[in-house]
Amino acid sequence: MPGVEGFMYPNEVSLYWSVLIVLYPFITGLVAGAFILASLARIFRVEAVKPTYRLALLTALAFLMVAPLPLQLHLGHPERSYEMYLTPHRSSAMAMFGFVYLWYLMAVLVVEIWLDFRADIVALSQSTTGWRRWLYKAMTLGSDNVSPRALAIDERVGWLVTLIGVPSAFLLHGYVGFIFGSIKANPWWSSPLMPVVFIFSAMVSGIAAVMLLYMATTRLRRKPIDMRCVDTIAMYLFYIFIIDFSLEMLDLIHRIYEADESFRSLDFMVHTRLYFSQIVLQILVGTLTPLVLLFLAQVMKLHEVVRKRIYAVAGSLALVGIFAMRWNVVIGGQLFSKSFLGYTTYKMALATREGLLVAIALTILPLFILAVLVRILPPWPEAEHASIPEAV
Amino acid sequence: MTITRRQLLILLPAAAVAWESVLAGTPETSPNYTMTDHWWSMLIDIPKCIGCGNCVRACQAENDVPDGFFRTWVERYHVDDWHLANPQVISPDGGKEGFPVAKEDEGKYFFVPKLCNQCADSPCTQVCPVGATFIAPDGVVLVDQKYCLGCAYCVQACPYGCRYVHPQKKVADKCTLCYHRITKGLTTACCEACPTGARQLADLKNPNDPIHAFLKTHSVQVLKPQMATGAKVFYNALDGSVR
Amino acid sequence: MRIFKDAGHLFRLAGLFAAGTLLFLVIRSFIVPRSFGQYGHYRGAAIAEIAAHPIHFAGHQTCETCHSDIAQTKSGGKHAQVNCEACHGPQAKHADDPSIDPGKPDTAVLCVRCHAASAARPNDFPQVDAEQHAGGVPCQTCHQPHSPAIGAGGAK
Repeated sequence: MPGVEGFMYPNEVSLYWSVLIVLYPFITGLVAGAFILASLARIFRVEAVKPTYRLALLTALAFLMVAPLPLQLHLGHPERSYEMYLTPHRSSAMAMFGFVYLWYLMAVLVVEIWLDFRADIVALSQSTTGWRRWLYKAMTLGSDNVSPRALAIDERVGWLVTLIGVPSAFLLHGYVGFIFGSIKANPWWSSPLMPVVFIFSAMVSGIAAVMLLYMATTRLRRKPIDMRCVDTIAMYLFYIFIIDFSLEMLDLIHRIYEADESFRSLDFMVHTRLYFSQIVLQILVGTLTPLVLLFLAQVMKLHEVVRKRIYAVAGSLALVGIFAMRWNVVIGGQLFSKSFLGYTTYKMALATREGLLVAIALTILPLFILAVLVRILPPWPEAEHASIPEAV
Repeated sequence: MTITRRQLLILLPAAAVAWESVLAGTPETSPNYTMTDHWWSMLIDIPKCIGCGNCVRACQAENDVPDGFFRTWVERYHVDDWHLANPQVISPDGGKEGFPVAKEDEGKYFFVPKLCNQCADSPCTQVCPVGATFIAPDGVVLVDQKYCLGCAYCVQACPYGCRYVHPQKKVADKCTLCYHRITKGLTTACCEACPTGARQLADLKNPNDPIHAFLKTHSVQVLKPQMATGAKVFYNALDGSVR
Repeated sequence: MRIFKDAGHLFRLAGLFAAGTLLFLVIRSFIVPRSFGQYGHYRGAAIAEIAAHPIHFAGHQTCETCHSDIAQTKSGGKHAQVNCEACHGPQAKHADDPSIDPGKPDTAVLCVRCHAASAARPNDFPQVDAEQHAGGVPCQTCHQPHSPAIGAGGAK
C-alpha cells in the first residue's frame, strides 16, 4: 500500500479529517483570541489596548462568520447539517457546536458590536443616502435614541455582555479542544489538557492576528502606530505565549515520562512524519523564535522601528506556529494506526472540495469580510466618539 | 457539477419527495421479529480460523462494501519470542484473497478476524452529533444513512478502526451484523460463508444459544478491554499481542 | 418610566431574538422526522429500512430444501459443517428463480484457498502443497468436494 508503513487497520489508510478540519480550530481560535484581547480593554480596563478594541471585535466577527464553512465543506452531506439544530445529540461533543456557535455569534459578538457602534449607526443612518441609509436604518432597529442616558445603559449592558463573553470565548474554543481531547480511542488527542492548550493557543493566535491587523491597517491608512498600544499587546502576547508553551511542554513531558502503550508509536511519528511540522515549524520556528524575539523586546531598550519589525515578525511566526499546532493535532492524530503498529500518509488534494485551494480561499475570506465590515462600521480610534463619524 | 435551472426544477420536487420518505420512514418489514427479545453478539474462535478470506468476500457481496474499505477483515499475526508485544501483522486487501504462504518459521502465527464489536457502550454512537448512529433495542449498532451528515466523528471515535465513510454515499458505514438477515432468522453472511465455524452469530438473550455453554468453558476476551466499550464480539483464545 | 424609553432599543433587540427563537421552534416541530425518538435518540424507522435490505446469501437451509441429496452426501463427510455458499458463493437469486444458473465453482482456485499448506494455519487443519500433492491433477479427480475423504464413500 503506497504511503503506508507497518500495519494500519485497513479502514485507517485514508484520512477522514482533512486540512479543512485543521482550519476550523485555527479560525475559531482567532475568534476567541481576538475577543479576549477586546475584553482586556473593556473588562480588565487595560487602557493602552483601547485603540484595538473595535478592530478586535470586528476581526472576531469576520473570522466567526467563516468558522463554520470548513466544517460545512468537509461534511459528506452539507445539506443535512441543520439536523445538528433539529436533533442535537446530548452525549456528543460536536452536537453542541451549533449552539455554542450561535450563542457566541448572536448573544455575544453581534450584541456587543451593535451596542458599541449604535451611536455611530444612528449617526450614519442620518448622514448617508441611498442603500447605505436603508442598511443603517435597519441596523438601528428603528430606534434612534442616542440620548446620554440610553448610551449609558448601552455601556453597562455592553460591559455585562463582554463579561459573559469572556467565559463564552473560553467555552467556544475550549470546547473545540474537548472535541479532540475527549476521544479515548486516540491517544494523540485524548488528554484533559487539550481544551486548556487550545484556549491559550487561541489567545496567542488571536492577539497576534489583531496586533498584525492593527499595524497593517494603521499603516494602510497612513496614520501613526500607537506604540504604547502595540507594546502592551506584545507584552500580553509574550506572557500568554509562555503559558501556552509551558502547557504544551507539560503535555509532552508527561507523555514522555509516562511512556504508555502508545508512546513508542507516537514518538516514532514525531521523529519522522511530524518532524518538520511539529519540531521545526511548531516548536522552533513558531514558538521559540517568536518567544525569544518578544523577550528581547521586553528586556532591551530597542528603537521603535526595530520593535515594530520584531512585533511583525514575531506575530507572523506565532500564527505559523499555531497553525502548525492545529495541523499536528488534527493530521498527526490520524497518521498512526490505532493498533500502534504502523503509519499512513496524508495526501492533500489541490482543487477538490477539501483541497488546498479551498483551504487558502477560506483563510483569506475573513480578511475580505473584515474589509467590508470596517467600511460599514469604521472601527478606527480617531472616529470613535466623534459626533459625526468620518464618511465612508 | 453544475446544475441548470431546468434540472433544479426537476431536482427540487425529487428532493422533497426523498425528504418525505425520511420523515415518514418505511413500515416494519419483519413482522415476526421482536427487537427486545434479542441481544446480538458474535463469537470468534481464533484457533479455527484458517485465513481463507471467505468472510471478507461474503461480506462484500452481501453488503455492497466499496473496494478498499471493510466491514470485516482478517489480520494475520506473527509473534516471536523476542517481540511478544510487537507482532508482525499483515492484512493484504483485508485478507480478501487470503494470505501469502508462510514458510516454517520461528514464533507463532494466527489469524484474527475483525468486525464491528457492536459495543454496548459504544464510543461511536456517543459522539454522533445528530443521532444518525445508534444502538438498536437488540444490541446492534446501526447507521441511519438517510440521516448521517458524514462528519466522520464516529470514525475517529472507534478504537477498532471498524468504521469508514462510504466513498460514494458519503455517509458513515460499518458492519450491521447483517441486520437484514438476522432479523429474518438467517445468520450473517460471514458466518454463513465461514468453512470452519470460526465465526458464530450469538444471541445472548436466547437461553438455548450455544454461546452460553461456550462462554462457561472457555477463556474468552474482547478486543481492547481497557477502552471499556462493552464490546460484544468475543474472541476465544485471543493472544495478548492482538490490538 | 424613562428607563423603558431609554432602553427601548434593547427591548426591540430582545423581541427580535424571541421572534427568531420562536420561528426556529415552529420550523423544528415540522421537520423533525416523525419516528425520531421512537426507541431512542434516532429515527426509529431507520431500523426497518436497514432490515429491508435485500439478501444475497440464501442460507444453507434454503439450499437444502431442493438439494437434499447433496445435503445427504455432505452430512456424513469431512465438509459436513461447510455451508453450501462457502464454496458456491451467494445464491439468493438462484434460490428465488432456479432457472438462474448458479455457476460452477472452480476447484483449482477454491480448494487451495483453505487447504494450501502454510505455517500460519492451525496444525490440525488438513493442508497440502498442491504442486507436490497432485502435480497438476485437478483436486476433484480424487476428492469429491461434497465428501472429500478418499475411501469414505465419497471417493471417485
